[in-house]
Amino acid sequence: MKFDIPATTNPIDRLTVVGKPTDRIDGPLKTTGTATYAYEWHDVAPNAAYGWVIGSAIAKGRIASLDLEAAKAAPGVIAIVTADNAGPLGKGERNAATLLGGPEIEHYQQAVALVVAETFEQARAAASLVRIDYAPAQGAYDLAAAKGSAEKTKAGDSVVGDFTGAFAAAPVTLDQTYGTPDESHAMMEPHATLAVWEGDRLTVWTSNQMIDWTVTDLSETLKMPKEKVRVISPFIGGGFGGKLFLRADALLAALGARAAGRPVKVGLQRPLMINNTTHRPATIQRIRIGATRDGTITAIAHESWSGNLPGGAEETATDQTRLLYAGPNRLIGNRIATLDLPEGNALRAPGEAPGMMALEIAMDEMAEKLGLDPVEFRIRNDTQTDPADPDRPFSQRQLVQCLRIGAERFGWSKRNPQPGQVRDGRWLVGLGMAAAFRNNLLTKSAARVRLDRNGMVTVETDMTDIGTGSYTIIAQTAAEMMGVGLDKVAVRLGDSSFPVSAGSGGQWGANNSTAGVYAACVKLREAVAQRLGVNSADARFADGQVVAGNRRVPLAEAAGADGLSAEDGIEYGDLDKKYQQSTFGAHYVEAAVDSATGEIRVRRMLAVCAAGRILNPKSARSQVIGAMTMGVGAALMEELAIDKRAGFFVNHDLAGYEVPVHADIPHQEVIFLDETDPISSPMKAKGVGELGLCGVGAAVANAVHNATGVRVREYPITLDKILDRLPAVG
Amino acid sequence: MPQSGDLDMTRRGLLLGTAATAALTAAPFRAPARAATVGETAMPPPATRPATPVLTPVLSKVAFTVNGQRHDLELDTRTTLLDALREHLHLTGTKKGCDHGQCGACTVIVDGQRINACLTLAVMHEGGSVTTIEGLGTPAKLHPMQAAFVAHDGYQCGYCTPGQICSAVAMLDEIKAGVPSHVTADLTARPQATVDEYRERMSGNICRCGAYSNIVDAISDVARREA
Repeated sequence: MKFDIPATTNPIDRLTVVGKPTDRIDGPLKTTGTATYAYEWHDVAPNAAYGWVIGSAIAKGRIASLDLEAAKAAPGVIAIVTADNAGPLGKGERNAATLLGGPEIEHYQQAVALVVAETFEQARAAASLVRIDYAPAQGAYDLAAAKGSAEKTKAGDSVVGDFTGAFAAAPVTLDQTYGTPDESHAMMEPHATLAVWEGDRLTVWTSNQMIDWTVTDLSETLKMPKEKVRVISPFIGGGFGGKLFLRADALLAALGARAAGRPVKVGLQRPLMINNTTHRPATIQRIRIGATRDGTITAIAHESWSGNLPGGAEETATDQTRLLYAGPNRLIGNRIATLDLPEGNALRAPGEAPGMMALEIAMDEMAEKLGLDPVEFRIRNDTQTDPADPDRPFSQRQLVQCLRIGAERFGWSKRNPQPGQVRDGRWLVGLGMAAAFRNNLLTKSAARVRLDRNGMVTVETDMTDIGTGSYTIIAQTAAEMMGVGLDKVAVRLGDSSFPVSAGSGGQWGANNSTAGVYAACVKLREAVAQRLGVNSADARFADGQVVAGNRRVPLAEAAGADGLSAEDGIEYGDLDKKYQQSTFGAHYVEAAVDSATGEIRVRRMLAVCAAGRILNPKSARSQVIGAMTMGVGAALMEELAIDKRAGFFVNHDLAGYEVPVHADIPHQEVIFLDETDPISSPMKAKGVGELGLCGVGAAVANAVHNATGVRVREYPITLDKILDRLPAVG
Repeated sequence: MPQSGDLDMTRRGLLLGTAATAALTAAPFRAPARAATVGETAMPPPATRPATPVLTPVLSKVAFTVNGQRHDLELDTRTTLLDALREHLHLTGTKKGCDHGQCGACTVIVDGQRINACLTLAVMHEGGSVTTIEGLGTPAKLHPMQAAFVAHDGYQCGYCTPGQICSAVAMLDEIKAGVPSHVTADLTARPQATVDEYRERMSGNICRCGAYSNIVDAISDVARREA
């Protein structure tokens, strides 16, 4: 189905199932430990051997010698895979560094060997006997030092009007630099894969967000036909972008299984994960804003520097600044330097997450300079069209409504604009806010829908559910379209033998994958109508029946003995070119700072979101509170510390890389505006899972500033950065 | 059964392994400019290397009950309770998130107390009674805490969830038993069932999806109904 004109009324608009707060259909499995994750397929491969990954002990250089003898002789060892013996390997286009290094080493803990043994304990013990001598080379590990050598990115700068002239002429200006650190996905389930060869066919049970990308890249890396690779990933223990791509676990499991001649499973060891896989790259961001005295932005510039391995991409931290606020003179662009740290890549809301952390502090600072309320300053600079192209409107833009509703619900009017004034015992208390913004991305997505003689509807698509609630919204979509209850719908996901979907990433999963299911259901409805000999336009599907004229036929009967099946997908025309499709929101945070120790506690949080139709308010709300939680982490604690001599992330496990825990997070409130966006898809939905992260870190930072008067521009805001500047205790 | 000599050899192997691990961590700190080669392990060069350490697994018999069912196992003594459950008994509801006691995903209830199953060896639990997520309830018959997690959407990816639920069940029992926590204001009074107590006591169970607000709602719901 080609979607190239805005949606009109369709069966989804009935909202009998879609749009209702719905418990996840996979909930009983997940809460009883009966959902099967990648490392847990005992029934598939009862004789699986165990792989242990050895990572490089240097960040850059070469393996000088590799001695496997002692390890090979260790009890239980079946095979040891290295680049020496793995045979010729290609590289998928989505990987910057090779997944099995050697002799060249491109980053610290790049996998260099897999030890396969009968048991996990034996593989681990034998791995300690592998002796590797390295010839290290000098590398670049410091973004600030490499900044001068950074280059403009291929996308180029967005230049509108005359920024330099307008900024120089502006009566009120801000010119500040902000820093966001390297961050880790730190999803709870380590990357893991079980690989099984049957002849020249390979099946991997893995934990992956993008099934078709992984089939493609695994077959390219193994230099084998794509048709002979199958990827299965029905449950994923968190991804956040870290499982978008083929990673070492899947490649090494496949190579290990080939070498061992039997199934092999590999889970990346937690202490290896952070340096072995991808991370969100650090940024240095310079923001300049010029405004008239009444708070109208006349000039805005946002430049961001990040680093990556050769072949890696930049962190697009300035992209939201092209679209979020008005202003006739603009200069916006990203710069990239070469660094030899592990590969930087997407982490939930890449670009906007760190970009909004900087931009929305800058807006707070600018409001303060102007003597304007920060909510009012943002409202004053709203735009309903793309600032670089006045003929290109937003499909929907309710930023102002989000800001106003949030202010009212949060009690913003009680905020003291003078920082450091509000005390609650030993605590300094402040309120902060930020806008939220994340683009809505359209990508084609297909599905197959079957109707059986019992009236059961089964949806099959290679879409994944990474905790986002895909199973449930897809079931809701099929139930709505076919006029049945959720109990009559089965959803099967995460298998490359199913039609290729949008997959999970960039908050594009919900809207696109359900639109694909919508398309397949339209086709199935036509097949049902055809079988009944009625015009599909006249057929109404409701209550498990098809009603056409005077006829009323149970769906089960219409399916016939053999059932009916339909496959189709959604693909898009140029509606995302004619219109800018984005999601909007507002974050409000109350923070308390211990006046003596500088300890920061988040007390209250509210997000107001306008993101098209909300397909399942229950799981969508969870997406937003989860993102708000991650935003608290980014604001207050998350930072990969770099050893700039040896070139690696030092705090590479869940003890050293601190993420929010229960005690860090208060009760969180989320409000969704009632919105439908007929320009986005037949579902009239948009993404929401990343919107909740964009801006929240800055809202925390602004609340800390309001509480203490201390402005921190280097995330995370740890107490050492505010302690010596706190107001006098008294 | 292993002989005492085997045990001695294994201990030596273990010590060697430990030294190698320490060197692995230390190696990257050497300034590359000064080191032509960086050895990954602290083992001496081949000429002086001692005999290859014998790493023959030492097996030991152990018996404990899991979810009311007795299991007699013969395990490599290095096997954690977590791997005994997941890899030997195929009870994969208990999750391996970090294998280092950092995340809580492997929380199970042993003899009434919640523990990280990755931080304890299986052979240490002779005669013990283990309850895992599978022992609390089934999809057809959910434990009240499992049902509350579903109702409050107290999970997303589901990977920390069994640990959160086991932890929550045992945690409410700890409050009932009068065990104080870091946030208990009055150590002489009985701890109260409050959200601050839940948040403090549940902080060993990380949820990266960030379902904390909903998890606390689920726990509060169960605690209210039990009260």
